[in-house]
Amino acid sequence: MPRTVHLDIHPVTRVEGHGQLVVRASDGRVERAEWLVPEAPRFFEAMVRARRWDEIQPVVSRVCGICSISHSLAAVKAVEEALGVAISDDARMLRVLTHYSELLQSHVLHVGYLVAPDLMGAPSVVPLAQTNLDLVKKVVGLHRAANEWSDLLAGRTTHPLTLVPGGFTRVPAPRELEGLRRRLAGLVPMATELAEAVLAVAGAVPSFHRDTEYVALRQAGEYAFTRGDIASSDTDESRPAGEFESVANEYVTPQSTAKWTRWHRDSYAVGALARYNLNRAELLPLASKWAGMFGLGGHCDNPYMNSVAQLVECAQILEDSQRILDSLAGRDLKDTRVEVHPAAGEGASAVEAPRGILFHRYAFDEKGVCQSANLCIPTNQNHGNLQKDIESLVPGLLHLGQDEIRLRLEMLVRAYDPCISCSTHFLKVRFI
Amino acid sequence: MPRPRVAIFDFAGCEGCQLQIVNLEEALLDLLRVVDVVEWREAMSEQSDVFDIAVVEGAITRLEDEERLKRIRQKAPVLVALGSCASSGGLNKLKNRMAMSEARRLVYGRDGGVSRLDTAPVKAVSEVVKVDYLVRGCPIDRREFSYVVRCLALGREPFIPGYPVCVECRIRENACRWQEGEICLGPLTRAGCGAACPAQGAACLGCRGTCDDANLEGMASVLAQYGKSREELESRLAVFLDPDGKGVSHA
Repeated sequence: MPRTVHLDIHPVTRVEGHGQLVVRASDGRVERAEWLVPEAPRFFEAMVRARRWDEIQPVVSRVCGICSISHSLAAVKAVEEALGVAISDDARMLRVLTHYSELLQSHVLHVGYLVAPDLMGAPSVVPLAQTNLDLVKKVVGLHRAANEWSDLLAGRTTHPLTLVPGGFTRVPAPRELEGLRRRLAGLVPMATELAEAVLAVAGAVPSFHRDTEYVALRQAGEYAFTRGDIASSDTDESRPAGEFESVANEYVTPQSTAKWTRWHRDSYAVGALARYNLNRAELLPLASKWAGMFGLGGHCDNPYMNSVAQLVECAQILEDSQRILDSLAGRDLKDTRVEVHPAAGEGASAVEAPRGILFHRYAFDEKGVCQSANLCIPTNQNHGNLQKDIESLVPGLLHLGQDEIRLRLEMLVRAYDPCISCSTHFLKVRFI
Repeated sequence: MPRPRVAIFDFAGCEGCQLQIVNLEEALLDLLRVVDVVEWREAMSEQSDVFDIAVVEGAITRLEDEERLKRIRQKAPVLVALGSCASSGGLNKLKNRMAMSEARRLVYGRDGGVSRLDTAPVKAVSEVVKVDYLVRGCPIDRREFSYVVRCLALGREPFIPGYPVCVECRIRENACRWQEGEICLGPLTRAGCGAACPAQGAACLGCRGTCDDANLEGMASVLAQYGKSREELESRLAVFLDPDGKGVSHA
């Protein structure tokens, strides 16, 4: 039935940052279906200019309150490469654990607070606290545990204090790590209950498939989050982090204050679903079981399933953390902070932030003062793909009522877990 | 007594202070029994034009945002600035160190001329409208936020320390960062965070703004005895206390 639709959703709620959706159709013909990014640019690039090597992390952490640990890790890794610093194995393992705490916190926040209300027919988690208090309490409990895990390793949950070039300002005592190990083991049953609750309403996840290029880190023998090369589902060829500009190929578009990206096609997707599609063979047993339980299969190109892939990663994170904590158990950690000397140099890094692959690059003069920065944010990399999804999705929705179209589109945006304020903060910059 | 209606709004920032509200966890469920949250874009789809307390996060960077903030102020009997960006402009003001045209050219290249990238020099919320209460910090201390909201619900004045971070640092028996050869801004910075950074082996960056009677020159002369140059001190001050290079601010 030919339909006329006029939607202008501004701002899209329950996402981080300001996004806008405009859809116009008449007589069953789509005239406009656009994802717009009107977020205020903060010109972060100007902020790191002339900052010293040890002031980069505190500044760039403030790009994003939700993924500040990922930004901090990307920054200290790139600074270390630029200044020729090698950290110890113990420090590297502690960083993986610190990063896991943020991934768990962010995934639980996204699935539990922002996506679950859509699946359960509520406008937000606030009314769910009346109708489904037990489930909300589980989400809150998991979220709190993940945040306390960040507190222990990063010094606090948002804008970490301990992550510096060279390692850590402070490391937990062996008994604190043992306490963490026991605590995390106790989270598995809680996370399982959350997964089962989501599975019970998973029928509300829309079925929409579009052949998509997925991009994520890949490292032989592990489900990669903090190291490896940049890989694509379109090709076996991968690129080192130092060549990220040739992957992102950023370009300016009139509908956005953020730059967009493309590699082998017009757009690509990053995030939990991209990581799953590229690294699913490396999943540990529990995560693998959950992937099967939700029917993610061998390769999934339904973008709505990104939230499910995030749940699978929660299992992966809890399982792998046990392995790391077992290897650290009962011994004093060695060389967790090596000395750093300012030097001229340039370095790049790639880290999987909760919502996808994140790139940083910095160059310093001989005094260690920043001369240039180039940063590429996961949500930037998803904007173009989200636009392509919307173009492909809307014609098939026109038979539905306007409210249902609106809900399906908002759910699609939320599925990407966008961090829009991030995406307008860092755009390619060269200081001349 | 009806619960005060609270609406939460955001401008330019990382949204980390809103996240600290979420991070109250179970205590947020308790707080929701004291106040009625009627609008919060990041967490809720519900919206409302009627509220008793507006909580505003983020710095003001565009003329259109100034207008939106003024409209919020008109409707808000009480307005609370949330976090460093709202309270003082925060490190967003580092942008103000360079001319806007130069920043745009550096960031966006030859595409930098288009109007959608227009921003004005960064302002704190208080530089646009009257602010009734400040919850400082980058990020805010969530316990302080909860305390301020409960005070407002009870009609009491919240107590915010005017003394420096060093006081709380001594109470916690932290090692002094100056003794570790670092430039710590604790002597200049308003307490209330529990000396969160020095407690983790990191120097204070001044995110809560200056304390009462902050003595910059006194600190600079002592730092010189520690072999630190004025240049190094200025670089540290730039992050939060003097981002626009116009002198240490007193928000």
